[in-house]
Amino acid sequence: MTKTQNNKAWWLVVPVLLLVAFNAFIPLLTVVNYAFQETFGNNIFFWEGTTWFEQVLRSSRFHDSLIRQLIFTGMILAIEVPLGIGVALTMPRKGPWVSVCLVLMALPLLIPWNVVGAMWNIFALPEIGLLGHTLNSWGIDYNFTRQPVSAWMTTVIMDVWHWTSLIVLLCYAGLSSIPDDYYQAAHIDGASRWAIFRYIQLPKMKRVLTIAILLRFMDSFMIYTEPFVLTGGGPGNTTTFLSIDLVKVALGQFDLGPAAAMSLIYFLVVLLICWAFYTIMMRNEEQ
Amino acid sequence: MAIELKNVTFRVGAEKQIYNTSLALQPGEFNILLGETLSGKTTLMRLMAGLEKPTSGEIWANGNNVTGLAVQKRSVAMVYQFFINYPSFTVYDNIASPLKVAGMSKQEIDEKVRRFADLLKLTPELNRLPRELSGGQKQRTALARALVKGADLVLLDEPLANLDYKLREELRDELPKLFADTGATVVYATSEPLEALMLGGYTATLKEGRVVEFGKTASIYRRPATLESARVFSDPPINTATIVKQGKEANLGNVVSWDVPEKLTAQPDGEYHIALRPHHLLPAGAGVEVEGEVQIAEIGGSESIIRVKVDGNIWVSQTHGIHSFEYGEKASFYFNANECLYFDQDGKLIDL
Amino acid sequence: MARIRFKNVRHAYPPPKGQEPVYALKEINQVWEDGGAYALLGPSGCGKTTLLNIISGLLTPSEGEILFDGVDVTSQSIAARQIAQVFQFPVVYDTMTVYDNLAFPLRNRKMNESLVKERVEQIADMLDLTTSLKKRAANLTADGKQKISLGRGLVRSDVNAILFDEPLTVIDPHLKWQLRSKLKELHQQIGMTMIYVTHDQVEALTFADKVVVMYDGTVVQVGTPVELFNHPKHTFVGYFIGSPGMNVIPCTVDNGQPVFAKNPLPIAQPVNKDLSGKLEVGVRPEFIDFADEGIPVNIEKVEDLGRYQVLTLKHEQETIKMVLNEDQTIPSENPKIQFNPEQTRVYCDGWVVEEAAHD
Repeated sequence: MTKTQNNKAWWLVVPVLLLVAFNAFIPLLTVVNYAFQETFGNNIFFWEGTTWFEQVLRSSRFHDSLIRQLIFTGMILAIEVPLGIGVALTMPRKGPWVSVCLVLMALPLLIPWNVVGAMWNIFALPEIGLLGHTLNSWGIDYNFTRQPVSAWMTTVIMDVWHWTSLIVLLCYAGLSSIPDDYYQAAHIDGASRWAIFRYIQLPKMKRVLTIAILLRFMDSFMIYTEPFVLTGGGPGNTTTFLSIDLVKVALGQFDLGPAAAMSLIYFLVVLLICWAFYTIMMRNEEQ
Repeated sequence: MAIELKNVTFRVGAEKQIYNTSLALQPGEFNILLGETLSGKTTLMRLMAGLEKPTSGEIWANGNNVTGLAVQKRSVAMVYQFFINYPSFTVYDNIASPLKVAGMSKQEIDEKVRRFADLLKLTPELNRLPRELSGGQKQRTALARALVKGADLVLLDEPLANLDYKLREELRDELPKLFADTGATVVYATSEPLEALMLGGYTATLKEGRVVEFGKTASIYRRPATLESARVFSDPPINTATIVKQGKEANLGNVVSWDVPEKLTAQPDGEYHIALRPHHLLPAGAGVEVEGEVQIAEIGGSESIIRVKVDGNIWVSQTHGIHSFEYGEKASFYFNANECLYFDQDGKLIDL
Repeated sequence: MARIRFKNVRHAYPPPKGQEPVYALKEINQVWEDGGAYALLGPSGCGKTTLLNIISGLLTPSEGEILFDGVDVTSQSIAARQIAQVFQFPVVYDTMTVYDNLAFPLRNRKMNESLVKERVEQIADMLDLTTSLKKRAANLTADGKQKISLGRGLVRSDVNAILFDEPLTVIDPHLKWQLRSKLKELHQQIGMTMIYVTHDQVEALTFADKVVVMYDGTVVQVGTPVELFNHPKHTFVGYFIGSPGMNVIPCTVDNGQPVFAKNPLPIAQPVNKDLSGKLEVGVRPEFIDFADEGIPVNIEKVEDLGRYQVLTLKHEQETIKMVLNEDQTIPSENPKIQFNPEQTRVYCDGWVVEEAAHD
């Protein structure tokens, strides 16, 4: 269907445009400004061209945190997506338990990031934390402030705990939109549980799943607060992800130029991966 | 209200939805838009209502150019195929809603709502919510809302399509009565030829975004100006074939020949199209005899519908009584040559 | 394929707390023959969908049994019953091609791929789907999708019956006609038991050999289209089948003969003299003619429907509908009508009064 044209409607968009300009566009331009210049304060700038970009792209520190970031995001997606789909499939579709399950699922999403970090920090403390103490009492040597493996494991599990619900809820919405007729037809056709999932549920979930994966990718790629509160990027640099590294460069060392260049590269990487993923998914849709 | 479309076209992107159309509706009457899905019925209605602006051309109402005038400023009511009511309002408030918007006094509203609820047999339902109503009652509520407004132009977009067969029959019977005294110009879209005939009034036959013909419903049915129009206005599909005329004789393939009506004799020899309504092709009787291969015979309660292959065309015979045939059986069918419609090569009716 | 039998089947949906259960189905006893084309016809809420779900196995009836070829299947699952179903809204596997859709039920049953190919091609040919076999099912129109749904039932050789739940709802009117004929043709070719649920009398009558008319949770009549038209057992059948429906007018019975507003109505056989209950006389609009002698009427409205004309007549307060052929003329002065005695029947509390011929 077509929509009626009404030119007055454009005026209603103005407040949003102003808001976006102030909180996104202008800061972004400031970053761009810093990325190509050097400053020593007092608003005195020297043109540096692409120096900062070259420096960032060549630095092994950036490479390391980018690789760490990619591994982290890959790991949490590999765990959260199948787990989320699995939980969504087992959730009841009718009856009084539906709302109970939905509220339980939504709970982790309601907790602020820094609180999640703090919670897990205490939970995992080797001496007094429930998790840390239990593991150690079983004879497993676990200490997330000293061992890289423990730190990684804790960060990944924390993220899974915090965000799997989002995938569950989105998938559940996708599953709820499938009419009963489809399941009945599949039973009639003698389809196995796997075939029902593969040919009915997965195709119908595809759109929401695409959105869920995009959201989780972007969010996890930009993760900051939780690991910062939990591990502070340590031990050593082992859990220093891109955004933590960026803050260290920008605020710890006050290297505004390289930090700005790094932000832009970071931004472009996220944009590129999202675009590629979305295009591939949608191309399949059209065939 | 006198509504007139003058050379209206409408396109969305590169796709033409309405081709150059001029149409002057009959004021104060039932005007039926008859055509298949996607023939442009709904788009024409949206143009008339002012919900769409034509890409080119003008729309006139009561002698004023109203092209581009917002729908709120026109006296228009619309009822859709899907039952649209305010879900949180009772039937009473649903019917009262257009009157409240118009700022009518409470007493006046009450009087009007009750009168129209009575007319549409909704009085016992006045305090119910739409979700507590049956499909028929929901659509009656929507109709009451359109009626109570007293709009000069009422647009009904296949309002009965989602109702049970028998309910449809009843409501179809009531509709013309409901609008008879209001003086409103009613536009009614339907895809069913029989519905158009039952409602009477005037009919525009539509095909792929074009108005094929507009005129009195019965006369379009009896004497469609073009073959296209005859096809749109027939269910089951009208039987067509190409004949070769030689002098006084019409030849249908090698199957059969007959004498053409006198006026056609004067026309030049050559190919012509014929169209014959299914109920004019009978499995028994007199007239021109054609032999065909029966594809299928469907027996209703009081009639039979027989599909038969005649000279490569699939023809349909619709007849009273029970006539059973086997699949693939060869059988004779009869028609009266005077009941045939003859069209020239371009599909224009030859006046006889 | 199977003969389907219902033994004392009743069904009530769970009632709200503290209320008596309301039976959506009240006592169904039926035997449906193997290979028949049956239609379940009735208005919304008459119980026809409930009955269909009981056949398919989606619902277990609260009471009674359902038997396929003498085997009690009441508690069997959908899959175990070997039933195929075509739904109101087309169900296809969007990501598969038409071929894979049709092959799906066979592959699920581990059939040899060369047999699958043979079977699918055969069915595709019957349904005129051969040219679209390689297309993705999602890209087909509604009628194409319905054909696929049907085809998934037809490819299997173990199917007991095919159920149709208002399958033409979303089909364009001009295609409805074609698909309906196709179903009928297929039934004649393969002779599988088919059960078709609809509220549309035209669909039911043209499709089925036997029409099961349902009203308010009960089966009011089972019969061929002709029987239902000529011998309605209940005023509801008379009203629901036929367009316009049967005229049902109040009457009294005098000496075995119905009398309507002081006009005696001749009938073929006198009825039982002592009848108690609401008495009505039923006659179809098709069986009324103008005559020199008879009931005087006013002509209120004449509708020209092309093939025929529908007249709305009034005698005192009673409205009577009458059907005339397109070429029949209407008397201009003092019109009087007569009912065909063979087709005029007396109904007591809605049910036809059988002729008291044998005592």
